[in-house]
Amino acid sequence: MDLYVSLFITFFKIGLFGFGGGYAMLSLIQHDVVEVHNWISMSDFTDIVAISQTTPGPIAFNSATYIGYTATQSIWGSVICTVAVSLPSLVIMITISRFFFMFRDNKYVVAAMSGLKMVVVGLIGAAALLLINKENFADYKSYIIFGVAFILTFKYKIDPILLIVLAGIAGYFLC
Amino acid sequence: MTNKYWQIFNTFFKIGAFTLGGGYAMIPLIQKEVVDKRKWLEENEFVEMLAIAQSSPGPIALNTAIFVGYKAGGIKGVWFSSLGTILPSFIIILAVAMIFTDFKDNPGVERVFRGIRPAVVALIAAPLWKMGKSVGITYKTVCIPFVAALLIWLVGVSPVIIIIAALIGGLIWKEIQTRKILKNKNL
Repeated sequence: MDLYVSLFITFFKIGLFGFGGGYAMLSLIQHDVVEVHNWISMSDFTDIVAISQTTPGPIAFNSATYIGYTATQSIWGSVICTVAVSLPSLVIMITISRFFFMFRDNKYVVAAMSGLKMVVVGLIGAAALLLINKENFADYKSYIIFGVAFILTFKYKIDPILLIVLAGIAGYFLC
Repeated sequence: MTNKYWQIFNTFFKIGAFTLGGGYAMIPLIQKEVVDKRKWLEENEFVEMLAIAQSSPGPIALNTAIFVGYKAGGIKGVWFSSLGTILPSFIIILAVAMIFTDFKDNPGVERVFRGIRPAVVALIAAPLWKMGKSVGITYKTVCIPFVAALLIWLVGVSPVIIIIAALIGGLIWKEIQTRKILKNKNL
């Protein structure tokens, strides 16, 4: 299949099933972009997440733009992926805006969402587990950085941008 | 009238360009601009809209932009608000993608990223506990996210399948509960 067509389909799917915010979308992007299509490597993918955290805008847009460019070496790849990831939102949200109050308290929507909420935690967990691999964890020093970063985030709620900057400095001097 | 559409575009461009850290960080800024300053939405409308933007698929920032754009200026408003939200990150990431590929293999840069990668994983993993508690996961239901994560991680199941199963599971669970209540009433 044409590369542009499969990029479009993949990012349309990511937009359509991207429930639960940025981190929950990571496992979707990872599965299709890294594992199925091999458009980028696992470490490239991790770098995109880091770049996303330090630049404005949602992770879904950032990865669409970045992967679109890397896979095709052209701006059109970025455009196609960004449009594709946005389309489902456009269709769904315009519909909801028109019939706002019909959806809000619909008991079937509420029931389906209650199932989804629990699974979103699992989706994020899977994203984290998939990223713990040889590409991202080269040696014991990686695990030390992971442990310190985990404690700083979990206990001290450090700002993510500051954390990434500190980890980058640590990596430059330690690794 | 054209002025209104540029106002919509400008507002969302500003929101898109200045909010680091994803959807949730954007909410206070969106509220300030859209409710307090421009008065496109009432306070209570904003809160209800937020709940919908969060439970619909796609980035929360885009979903919010579409809803507000539609309220403020119909379908044409949607084009301006969506473009405003998308453009800042598009421009920045495209520039990063073009430049980064050139010096990615530089040994110094590679060392920096070797430090960053494990920290990113920690950043994703650390909020899980709190998030689980806030969506009401108990010791009875904790196996649901666990099984979902293991299926994706070890078996390689597509997250799409997991999401569809969760939506259907939620509906079936609700149906069972309703039947139980009806049965108890009849007894």
